[in-house]
Amino acid sequence: MELSKNTQTQQRTFDLFDFLYKYGTILTILILIAVFAASNPAFIQGSNVINILRSISIVTIIAIGITISLSVNGFDLSVGSVASLSNAIVISMFVWFSQNTVIAIISALAASLIVGLLNSFMIVKMKIPDMLMTLATMFIIQGIALTYTKGATISQNMVMPDGTFSEGIISQTFKKIGQVPWIIVIMVIAVVLVHIFLTYTKHGRYMYVIGGNIEAAKLSGIPVNKYKILAYVLSAIFASIGGIVLASRVMTAEINAGSPYLMDSVAAAFIGFSVLGSGKPNAIGTFVGAVLIGILQNGLVMMSVPYYSMDIVKGTVLAFALGLTYYKQKH
Amino acid sequence: MMLAEMKDISIDFPGVKALDRVNFSTATGSVHALIGANGAGKSTLMKVLSGAYGHYTGEILLDGTKVSIRSPRDADDFGIQTVYQEVDTALIPYLTVGENILLKHDRTFINWKKLHRKANEILKDMNIHLSSKKLVKDLTLAEKQMVLIARAVSTECRFLILDEPTAPLSHTETRELFRIVNDLKSRDVGIIFISHRLPEIFEICDQITIMRNGRLVSKDYISKICQNEVIERMLGEKLEEQFPERNLDIGETLYEVRGLADSGKVQDITLTARAGEIIGIAGLVGAGKTELCKTLFGSAKITAGEVWLHGKKLRLRSPHEAVKEGIALVPEERRREGILVEESVSANLSAASLGQFTKAFGFLNEKAENEKAWGIVKNLGIKTPGLETKTKNLSGGNQQKIAIGKWLLTDAEVYIFDEPTKGVDVGAKKDIFKLISALAKRGKAVIYASSELSEVIGITNRLYVLYDGQVVKELQTDRTNEEEILFYSTGGEISGTIKKYPNTAKNIRPF
Repeated sequence: MELSKNTQTQQRTFDLFDFLYKYGTILTILILIAVFAASNPAFIQGSNVINILRSISIVTIIAIGITISLSVNGFDLSVGSVASLSNAIVISMFVWFSQNTVIAIISALAASLIVGLLNSFMIVKMKIPDMLMTLATMFIIQGIALTYTKGATISQNMVMPDGTFSEGIISQTFKKIGQVPWIIVIMVIAVVLVHIFLTYTKHGRYMYVIGGNIEAAKLSGIPVNKYKILAYVLSAIFASIGGIVLASRVMTAEINAGSPYLMDSVAAAFIGFSVLGSGKPNAIGTFVGAVLIGILQNGLVMMSVPYYSMDIVKGTVLAFALGLTYYKQKH
Repeated sequence: MMLAEMKDISIDFPGVKALDRVNFSTATGSVHALIGANGAGKSTLMKVLSGAYGHYTGEILLDGTKVSIRSPRDADDFGIQTVYQEVDTALIPYLTVGENILLKHDRTFINWKKLHRKANEILKDMNIHLSSKKLVKDLTLAEKQMVLIARAVSTECRFLILDEPTAPLSHTETRELFRIVNDLKSRDVGIIFISHRLPEIFEICDQITIMRNGRLVSKDYISKICQNEVIERMLGEKLEEQFPERNLDIGETLYEVRGLADSGKVQDITLTARAGEIIGIAGLVGAGKTELCKTLFGSAKITAGEVWLHGKKLRLRSPHEAVKEGIALVPEERRREGILVEESVSANLSAASLGQFTKAFGFLNEKAENEKAWGIVKNLGIKTPGLETKTKNLSGGNQQKIAIGKWLLTDAEVYIFDEPTKGVDVGAKKDIFKLISALAKRGKAVIYASSELSEVIGITNRLYVLYDGQVVKELQTDRTNEEEILFYSTGGEISGTIKKYPNTAKNIRPF
């Protein structure tokens, strides 16, 4: 066939939908910035930009984990609970057990590693569908976190069951994690590392291959199970990092503190599919998705939209972004 | 009688002009063959007629009246039904046969009794022995196809498009299908029959339309044309010998399987392959060829037996281990198992050997990857606009070359091919045969599993006949013929009623 000749007949006309698919998310962000800035010039001041980046960093970090699980065509619902658990563990290590920063962080990461391994074992070996399994772990981990904290908020100088006050204090180093610039730096490092991992390494390629067609991946000799396990473990670890950063930012462990981040992170990762027309989960896209959500939230607050109405707008934007992704896939 | 005409049909896809002013016409009460090499546009043309592609130019006339068919619904209204090659895409596996047949007869409330009665009537009418209460997921491929035909017939069907219906069917199943086709023909249904199998077309069709490169080549009565003419017109060139010369330089035993069994169909398989030898696994559809190939590749659990390669006993618990030991499999279900449709040509070609193209920490060396991929593309004559093209945009033959090509980069010792020519046109078939024969000449052991007996005879040195998951006979290819293989693969020796196959007929080489 004369394909080389045929390629020249390719449509050169401007395809609005194709354009929207590729740049729709970014265009939406720009329009939102313009609208918010017009209504309140303080919106684009440097301090507010930093503010937005700070506010999205936890969502982004958790969403990066979700992105990895999505890349193998999996789905991890347990990230919110894992973040809660990590938050509780890291604060309790300081407050209850007077441990240092390194031990506190390592304990939290270790706990998430166990969750990740449990998830992947049940999904890979027991063949439980990922969504259902991680739904189950979501409850289990949420319960464990609650039981661990005895349903109470952990904070410095809290009243212990025996009536005394807790003596441990949260270290100053740990406090820095949740402050600018470190909180933003951690987010950027996570995005860049995972972007490089997924795009430029063999392992990332394999993950996309597995996500694209698991049968073909298996029959190409790719160790499918190994990569699936890796994906769920990484997902849990990023959720845990999110929980640790959250702990540092609020310096307490509220009950179920991580849960609200689940849906925002899922939204960011899915919006990310359509960024620059990649059509698959990707780290940069996830970041852009998180930025979109962050700007929306921040701008709406500035425009004095009440917090209880915020989800209406957020959901609408998500539906719009998903529309762009899936409408395109059909055509 | 009713006449369907398609006039000046053109259709574009990004990068490809799939149809170029094609004229096609057919009438009810006849079987019309539509044939062409892969990528000739026959499936596309039929997708236009069935409303799957709405963005064509040109017109469609039914009995001289211009009609507008832009969606499957439109086609439905005019009584045009299609049974696609991929039957699973049109069936709902966890519903019953009856529900699947009467899928489109939606009333608000379902009367289950009536539904099954009606479905049974349709099945009985067509002489299909199938319970309407069976779940579709438990059916064989052939039965699923019957369900789809039954669904088409259950409506006011005037034209039925069958897209390569016989490709996955066994011999008996094909006969059964032909009986139904003839039956429909006598009921004044117009059947458009897309196929690559010429003998079948000559057996069942009345007229034949040949296409090439998105254009119409000719339309004839089947009685006025011969097989070689058809092939010449399909290819646009003279037909040469299809199979390459056999490799006679055969070395030591390379690969040995002893008493192999899996947890399902495969039982007690013993076979050997020497370096440079192509061994055939012949057998009817359902004989367990695919299962055997997968077991040999570590994809199904081995419950008994041993596999030896180069005098070393292998542990094959996963395809990953098989690949590491130097075994490659080109699976039967190309789109589902062989290639990654959403990935680029180069990503597909390197998928099995990505380790070669990595630097420290697993970073990809895309330059090296693309160089090697380009080498394969050129070497195998894969027709693609570029390395970044998604494989789903390539034709079946080119996809198959990619599925094979990815193993050429791994440098395996044993190559297993499971129905490698399924859904591949004559031109690409020849390339694939050449490729397989070249592998043998390089001293590899090749296992060629196929239900196309002519191919097994054409390309192998030695063959094993598989029947019900067991090897029932080992044959030297140059001392056997299609009848003998068929005899054993239908269980001839096992049944005991017939004695040994009388070895009289001489070796027949089909076109």
